[in-house]
Formats: sequence, structure tokens, C-alpha cells
Amino acid sequence: MTSSKIIILLLFSASGLAFVWSLYRRLSLVQLGQGKGRFDRFGERFGNMLLYAFGQKKVLARPYGVNHAIFFWACLFLVAVNLEFVLAGIFPALHLSHLPDALYVPIRLGSDLFSFLTLGAVAAALVRRTFFPLYPEARNIEGYFIVIIIAVHMLAYFGINATEIAQGQERASAWMPISLFASGFIKGASPAELASLHSLFWWVHAVALLVIFNYLIPFSKHLHVITAIGNCFFRDLDKPNTQPRETFEIGADFGADSVAKLSWKDLFDSFACTECGRCEEACPAHHTGKKLSPRQLIHDIKQNLLANREAIKNGQEPPLPLIGENGEGSCSEESIWDCTTCGACLQACPVFIEHPLKTVKLRRHLVQEKSSFPEELLNLFENSEQRFNPWGIPPSDRGKWCQPFGDRTFDAEQNEYLFFVGCAGAFDNRSKHVTAAVAMIMEAAGVTWGILDKDELCCGDSLRRLGNEYVFDQLAAKNVALFKERGVKKIVTQCPHCFTTLANDYRQYGLDIEVIHHSELIEKLLAENKLTLPQQKKQGKMLFHDSCYLGRHNDNFDAPRQVLKQATGSSLLEFGRNRENGFCCGAGGGRMWMEELSGTRINRERVQEALQQKPETICTACPYCMTMLGDGLKDEGAGEVKVKDIAEVVAEALEGQA
Amino acid sequence: MLAIACIKQVPDTTQVQIDPETNTLVREGIPFIVNPYDTHALEESLRMHDQFGMRSIALSMGPPNTEATLRKACALGVDEAILLSDRCFGGADTLATSNVLATAIDRLAQEEELGIVFCGKQTIDGDTAQVGPGIASRLGLQQLTLVDKIEHLDLEKKTIRVRRKLEGRHEIVEAPLPVMITTVRELNRPRYPTVPMRLAARDVEVRTWDNATLQIDPETVGLKGSPTWVCKIFSPERDQGEIIGDGVNDPDGTADLLIDKLLSKDLLAL
Repeated sequence: MTSSKIIILLLFSASGLAFVWSLYRRLSLVQLGQGKGRFDRFGERFGNMLLYAFGQKKVLARPYGVNHAIFFWACLFLVAVNLEFVLAGIFPALHLSHLPDALYVPIRLGSDLFSFLTLGAVAAALVRRTFFPLYPEARNIEGYFIVIIIAVHMLAYFGINATEIAQGQERASAWMPISLFASGFIKGASPAELASLHSLFWWVHAVALLVIFNYLIPFSKHLHVITAIGNCFFRDLDKPNTQPRETFEIGADFGADSVAKLSWKDLFDSFACTECGRCEEACPAHHTGKKLSPRQLIHDIKQNLLANREAIKNGQEPPLPLIGENGEGSCSEESIWDCTTCGACLQACPVFIEHPLKTVKLRRHLVQEKSSFPEELLNLFENSEQRFNPWGIPPSDRGKWCQPFGDRTFDAEQNEYLFFVGCAGAFDNRSKHVTAAVAMIMEAAGVTWGILDKDELCCGDSLRRLGNEYVFDQLAAKNVALFKERGVKKIVTQCPHCFTTLANDYRQYGLDIEVIHHSELIEKLLAENKLTLPQQKKQGKMLFHDSCYLGRHNDNFDAPRQVLKQATGSSLLEFGRNRENGFCCGAGGGRMWMEELSGTRINRERVQEALQQKPETICTACPYCMTMLGDGLKDEGAGEVKVKDIAEVVAEALEGQA
Repeated sequence: MLAIACIKQVPDTTQVQIDPETNTLVREGIPFIVNPYDTHALEESLRMHDQFGMRSIALSMGPPNTEATLRKACALGVDEAILLSDRCFGGADTLATSNVLATAIDRLAQEEELGIVFCGKQTIDGDTAQVGPGIASRLGLQQLTLVDKIEHLDLEKKTIRVRRKLEGRHEIVEAPLPVMITTVRELNRPRYPTVPMRLAARDVEVRTWDNATLQIDPETVGLKGSPTWVCKIFSPERDQGEIIGDGVNDPDGTADLLIDKLLSKDLLAL
């Protein structure tokens, strides 16, 4: 072995060890977080990993994702080729050229083409980052550095091939169009010059590789090339917006004010993020000029973990607070309260990072450990605890809407469904019409139903998303106990927030019965011909707005649309941002009860989007959306546009009158 | 120095109905809450603790279940909660109530200097606004009612300057300690208990003082000591309202009708 081979051997061995060691060091930091690993349902997880990581499914959901997919797939191919590069550098006997032509030629052709494609992708990336970045901070040194290093690596690769072709050492040169083209530039060089050029390109190629593996991957956001694959495997297979329960024992932590109190997956998420900015672009809070950026949140968690790791390992107080106005690595309280938990970020993220879960953990800390929250929430909290509804209206008024229907106290013998009316449906004057419409529809379809009247408690959705887990816990436990006591077998709700809370959150409290949103119930009744509409009632140009908690969080996009089509006999207009990509009304995550003091109003942005289509009616299936859209329309001077719940549209078709 | 908050557990009056047969309050199944004005009294005593290091004590007279209310006060951070409960205290009017509270405060003042007694301006069930002033009279404290701001507290000179919220005007008043202050909503924003404090409050001992401890003449407490008797409670008859216009289809016309109506009743000054 020559001395240069020994140097190469030592260099690559050291580099390989350093790569593994630095990866281990960094990734083992996630062990500072809480909770257990996610290795259940292995097959499903493995399938997710193949589809979303190796198949790039969510990356490709956006046009520019093609560029990333090229990088990724080219990288997979080239990693294999580079392994040969390293090994053949040390042990020439391992050179690919020893393979038979049938294998050798395709590999050479593939390398040439993939490398060229990658150079094209580099060019596209540079153009995009410079002229159309998703967010201005994307124009950073690190972002440019990676693409330039990749470009250097590829150019050097062509340089090596070109010199080898010029030296007449490459038997597959006819199948290496780019390399062959490049060799044209060095045709006249002497053998000595070619040898020096080869050596130069080889070393440039090697150094670029070392920079990628020993700096960019382990120490920058490009760690995602490894962690994103893991994140697709470890994704939440159930409902990523269903927050975990807390145990209320003396000495326990409530929420998180330190990365060590977040889950290991929260920390892993922060390493999986490549800061593409899709979450930020989709985020209604960020979009309307508020402080929150889901991208920044994940970045800050990572920076905080890196800044505090030694202190946390040594059991000391972390020097950089996770919550506060401390710049990078720290989340401001304002941004924590901006979130509507609409899940647009969850939907946008190509690698299943769970943003709102983290926000709620920070809120839990603020509410439960610090009693620090926007002052308008005090009434909500007190009212929910003392009178079991957000407005503080006497519980005895809860059943008043039902007077025209007579005594409808739930009776397990007589009633198929418990109609869980919800606070908005019971107390909000506008929503009471929806409640009556749902009741009327059930009557018309012969569905038997009953209510809990004054005994029904707020489901606690807003409380839970706002981080007041303590009071949520009490409401949830009492409601579930009441359902059991009354022998409830099926529940219908007319609010997506009640729906998601009963169907998903209450599972944690042992509620395992059918919970159905009225949109699905009506669709089912229509499909089974149990509900027949005497005539279709036109609503003019009609738009449907997806409630985040019905659509994105529960995958119910079709039922309300189907119901509207059947009730009106007309087709629906769609928002530009619809279904999975729907834009929040601004009321989720407890924001219904808060002032919107910074930026523009989310509901007005949504209404402006609606008005572009000049609708006569905007339909929704959520009381919060109804309030927000109605208010937004008034603010936009478009009070003549009606906002109706799908149940009201159906009820009109039942009555055959306006 | 003591900052005592007198708080009362009251039925949530928004939920109380009057039995038309017996003319009494139907209290069954009605949740109890802390009298809303008293929450401001409690908050202010906590602030005295936080800002001036005074010892905050929550004091309540009531049946044994009042302990729940005092536990809430503990979750908010009072140094001590004392329940004044004895069968013979039951059925008290404001005179008898102030007697028990004043005796208890006097007893506390034997051990530590009394600074301020805070009371809500009135309760939402009785609405008499007499207990606070009753305590002040019995103990000879300066009484500062309807306070919406504490302007200055000087513990050296033992003086306090407060702002009183009166009809259409404010009044700045200064008095030597000890004083009795009744609080209005504008005085402060009550804090929200943290979960660790709530959990700790579950195990806190709420001291109960009965009449064996307080040694008050039984003739001056409870029903016996109450010269006021409630003869009848009823909801006043209200004239039937009327629906004018059609607000859904003709909002502008209906608004005109409404303004005409208000003008005709001289309810709008132009």
C-alpha cells in the first residue's frame, strides 16, 4: 500500500468514525425527552416510511417537491456509488470497473445521468432560494452552502470521469454522455497534466464528501436526510392533534417549560425539520402577520436543546429558557397563544412533524404552573369550571332550545342517539337554529334521540387546546361517567369540536362508543333513504368551508358536501384552499375566546377569499366557523351573504320553504 | 401584620329559582360559588401578602361545606384559612354575622397586629352591603367602602390612602390602620390558581372555630341574634314585552320602530 493510500485509508476511516460518533452524540440527545418509543404496528410504520420517506409522497404534494425528490433519489443512488468511490480509493481491487459490462455500463450511465439531474436540481434550488424563497430567512449561508457543496461534489465527479476518459481508462465512456462531453475540454492535455487533474478532482470530490458527511449531515438541518426517514416511521398513526393526558399528582410537571419535559419525539421532530417553510406558509396565524411560525417553533426547540444539553444532562437548571423573549432557542408567549391548532402545519409538513402538540404543552405550563395567559381567558376558565359552559350561562338554560320538542331527556331504552348538543348549540342564539334543524332532521328520519339537558357539561375542547388540562380532565371524566351512567350507546354531535373531543380525546377516558357528527349522520340517513327530502332547496351560489376539526383532524370532507349536493341539487363552489388545505376560520384552539390583537384577522382573510367567488351562501358544519364567517362578512360589508349550517339547508329542503 | 379577607360561599344566584308556592329559594342542586365581590377582597389580601409581606387569612362563616370555598382560597395562596362554623351560627342576619366575624378577627388580632380587613362590597344573595361596615363598627376600625384602588400604603406611619368609587365621582380618602375595606370589581383582577397550588390545597388543614372556641353569647348569634326576618321572596311581576317589526326581513324599518318606541317612552334623550 502506498503512502497516499494509507493517508486515504486513515482519512476515510476517521471520517466514518467521526460521522457515526457525531450522529450518535446528536441523536442520543432525544433521550433527554420523555416517553416511550413508537414501535407498535411495525408493518404499518414500515409502509409509511417506504411511502413517505423513500416514495417522497408528501414532498411531491407540492410542485417544487419534484426538485427535492430528484435530490433524494439521486442521493440514494449516488451514496451507493460513492461507497465504491471511497472503497476503491483504498482498495483498487474493489473498483467498479471489475464488474462485467452488463452491470458496469448501467451503473456508469445511471451515475452520469443522476449526477447531471442533481446539478439541474442544484440550479433550480439556487434560483428558488434566491428569487422565490418560501420565507426570507431561507436565504441563509447554510442553505446556499449545501447546494454549492453538492454542486462542487458533482462537478468534481464529472472531472474525475472526464480525466479518466481522456486517459483512455474508461471503457463505458460511450454511455457517459456528460462525462464524455466534459472530457472534450481536456483533450489536448499531456498525461502528466491529466494525472494531476485527476488527482485534483479526486480530492475535491473527496473533500466535498467529507464536508457533507462530517459537517452538514450531523451538525446542520441536513441531519434530516436521516431523521426524516425516522420521522415517517415514528409518525402518529392515530390523531396527532389529540393531546396526551396528564396525571395530577403533587410533584408532577404540568406542561413543559424545558425541552427535557417535552417528549423524545418532540425532540426528534426538531432534528427532522429541514426548515422548508411549508408549515409556516400554511399557518393561518403566520399568514395574517402574527408572531407564530411553526417552523420557528421547531427550530427554537432544537436550538434550545443544543444550548441546554449539558445542563440538562447534569441535572442543572437549563440556562436558556424555552419560554420567553430570549431570541433564538426560546418561544415567546405571544407566539404560543397565536396558534389555532388548525393542523394546517401538520398537513403541510412532508415528514409528519407534530407542531400543535408542542404548542399545547407550552400552554399547559403557562396556564397550569404559571397562571399566565391572556386575560380574556380568565372568564372562559372560571365559567367552564363553575357553570360548565364558556359563557357562564346558568346550566338550567341548557335545554331551553328544546322546548318545542317537549321533554327529551335521554332514555337509553327509548333513544338510539344521545344528542350531545354542545355549548354553542345550546346557548348561542344563532347556533340554536342549527340545533333545532338537526333535531328536526332526526325527527323526520325517525331517529330517536334524547339530551342530557342541564347535566351535559362543556366537552372541554377549548380548555384542552388552551392548555387548561386540569379543568378539561374534570369535565371529561364527569361527562364520560354520565354517559356510562345513562347507558349511552351512540352519540351525535352538531359541533366538530365536541365531535373530536368525544370521539378522540374521550377515548383516553374509556369512552369507546359510536360518536358521529351530524354531517355523517345526515349523509347516512339520506343514503339509506331514511331521510327523504320532498324538494331540493336552491341556495344560490354556494361555497362550503371546511372546519379544521371536522376535515383535517377527522378526515370528514365528503359527507357535508354530499349532503349539500343532495339538499340543493346544485354543485358546490370550492374555496381555493379547501379540504386538507382548508384555511382556518380563526376560532380553533380556544382562539374563539381570545382577542386577535396582532396582524390582520384570520376570519376576514377567509371571508375575502370566499367573496372572490361572489357566493350567496357560505355553508359550514361548525358553530365556531359560523360565528367567525358571519362576523367576517359583516366586517367586509358583505352582510347580505348568508352563512348556513348544512343542517339548516337540509331542514329547508324538508320544509320546502325558505 | 394581618390582611384578612372575609369571604362567603353563596348559591350561584343566576341558577337559583324561586318556588312560587312557598316563596322560598330553591337551592337544591344549585352549585355554590365564592361571592364574586369577595374574590376581589381575597385577591387584595393576597396582594398585601405579595407586596408588603402581610399575612393573608381567609375567613368565612358558614356550614361545614364552606370548607370547599376556603380550600379554593388556599389554592390561591392564602397563608391560612379559617372556617367559623357552629350550628348556633345558622340563620344569621347581617348583625349576627358581623358579630361572629368580628369576634374571630379580634381573636386573630390578639396574636398578630391587624392591618386590613377586606370584604366584598356586598353579597349576591343578600345584597345588603352591611356585614363589612358591621365588622368595622364592632371593632372600631376605620371603614373605607367601595374601594376601587389602593393609592398608597405606608406601613411605617400605618396609614392607607384609597380611592372610593362613588356614583359619578371618585373620592380619595386617607385613614390610619387598621381599616376595613369593602371592594368593588374594579379594584383588581383575581388570580387563577395554579395546578400545584390546587393539589397542595387538597391536603391543607382548614381550621374550624366553633362557638366553644369563640365563646360568643348564643343569644347574639345565628337565628336568635338576628332581628331581621325575611318574610317573603318573590320575583317581581314584569309587564309582558312586545315584539315590534320584523328584524329578520326589515332590520332598518325595525330599528326605526324601536327608536320611535324608545322616544315615545322618553327613554332616549335627544
